[in-house]
Amino acid sequence: MLGEGILKGLAETARNFFGSYVSKDRLTTIQFPEERAPRIEASRNFPFLVYDGTDPMAGLRCVSCLICEKECPPKCIFIEKSTDKKPDAVGKPQFYPSKFNIDVSVCMSCQICVEVCPFDAIKMDNAFELSATDRFDALLFNKQQLAKPNEYYHEIHPTEAAEVDAALAAARAKVAPKPPPPPPPAPPTTEAAAQ
Amino acid sequence: MTTATLPPSATLISQSADSDTQLLEVSMGPQHPSTHGVFRMDVALDGEHVVKLKPIFGYLHRNHEKIAENETYLGSMPYTDRLDYFCSITNNWAYALAVEKLAGVVVPERAEYLRVITGELTRLQNHASLVGFLMQDMGASGTPLMYAFREREKILDLFEALTGARMMCNYMRFGGCRCDLPEGWLAQAKQVVDAFPRFLDEFERLLSGNEIIMARTQGVGVLSKELAINAGVTGPMLRACGVNYDLRKVDKYGIYDRFNFRVPLGEHGDVYDRYMIRLLEMRESVGILRQAMRDLPEGPFTDPKTKVRNFRPKPGEAYGRIEAPKGELGFYLISDGTPNPYRYRVRPPSLINLTVLEDMCLGQNIADVVIILGSVDIVMGEVDR
Repeated sequence: MLGEGILKGLAETARNFFGSYVSKDRLTTIQFPEERAPRIEASRNFPFLVYDGTDPMAGLRCVSCLICEKECPPKCIFIEKSTDKKPDAVGKPQFYPSKFNIDVSVCMSCQICVEVCPFDAIKMDNAFELSATDRFDALLFNKQQLAKPNEYYHEIHPTEAAEVDAALAAARAKVAPKPPPPPPPAPPTTEAAAQ
Repeated sequence: MTTATLPPSATLISQSADSDTQLLEVSMGPQHPSTHGVFRMDVALDGEHVVKLKPIFGYLHRNHEKIAENETYLGSMPYTDRLDYFCSITNNWAYALAVEKLAGVVVPERAEYLRVITGELTRLQNHASLVGFLMQDMGASGTPLMYAFREREKILDLFEALTGARMMCNYMRFGGCRCDLPEGWLAQAKQVVDAFPRFLDEFERLLSGNEIIMARTQGVGVLSKELAINAGVTGPMLRACGVNYDLRKVDKYGIYDRFNFRVPLGEHGDVYDRYMIRLLEMRESVGILRQAMRDLPEGPFTDPKTKVRNFRPKPGEAYGRIEAPKGELGFYLISDGTPNPYRYRVRPPSLINLTVLEDMCLGQNIADVVIILGSVDIVMGEVDR
């Protein structure tokens, strides 16, 4: 019968329409500003700089090695190296960035800076409500705007942050125990000398 | 709209049909709602019938290949996401495959399975949204597209949980994938895949038997087997003409020889067949996904010997190709031993499938041009690069 297929199709739309009242599966709309979808842990948007401790500028993990600046595909990172040095996470004196700018209007959220960073200093943020009325200065984030505490990193990516902290603690443990317990170095050296 | 200056052939047709009529040249696009992006067609019309069609593209040209030649091998990986932005994971895969061939990198088994799982999920969401868009072109404004997008959203959520982004996944790396599955991902993916056939049944009940769709699509935009082969058309477009050519069966790249699946073939090569092929392919993809998720082995997800930085393949050339949802997607690379490729070339399926657009449209109504274009499945990011 002509029109049978159309009627069958209409039955299908009716099923979807009435089903949306009972089944969450068929009504997936979220009324955004009032309700929000559950945050997905892995989601990424733009990079930020992690700092430890309370002082954002002194606690920055970044040692200004310029690897991320070099590897960034759209070249949206601008770093200026400091002239003096400060201790990094494992206690070695290192440079720090006197200027660290990311142009988020150029950034394409590819995460390559995070992958190449050997100091776990740059991580991906998931803040997305970044609208601004000026597309030049307002979207060029400087060091102060980029610096966020490690606690914030734990809040947005808990699993990843725990892994990073464990790795950093292991690196510190490797360096740290040597000075505090000074093992008596004399006997082995004398033995070696005797032999 | 202006009256056209036309090539001799078109003028001849118009004179033979009716010497009083005047041909009308209409420029469709590049901002036309049915042209799937910034694509423009110069159509010469004799009444309602198309006598000449000239596709004009380049409005979305972003210099992809030249940028990649000045970029490290890894650095062009996120750019490949932006080629066919509906299926970023298969783009990553084709590029990774080409570089792996070039550098002789071995991919661990788990990574191969992860690639198949994400790649087939990409195929599901691409075909589902394509069918939705095709119905939108036909005038079914909204309903089928929204149903398709509802299902696509579930797959995009999976992508976001795995890779961090819904569309610009940037997931593959040379010698494997960027990260392993997060906890609970596989169970969620199984749920989505298991629910998918029900959606397909619904979709087919809604659309396949619909008399309006049959009247609008059957016998429209017929592409002959010979022309399809000669023009280098690949993917569902080619299989709708009845040519049994699927790179997953021909090349057996990755681990596709381990899965049991069929290649659906069309008979007439018209728009309806192209629509049907996509629906049938989705069912086969669901089958592949079930097998891959069942067999997913433990192990490393990436080759530990491949470096992320300072990746320099030995001088040489390689062509890696996969069966992307739209057809054969290939990357041709020449290395001169430096960190960036000497030559980088993409073989985009959309562009090459688009070359037969005029042959399919000649003699058809102007309203059918929109459907024929929709059934080609183009994404301008890939056509213009």
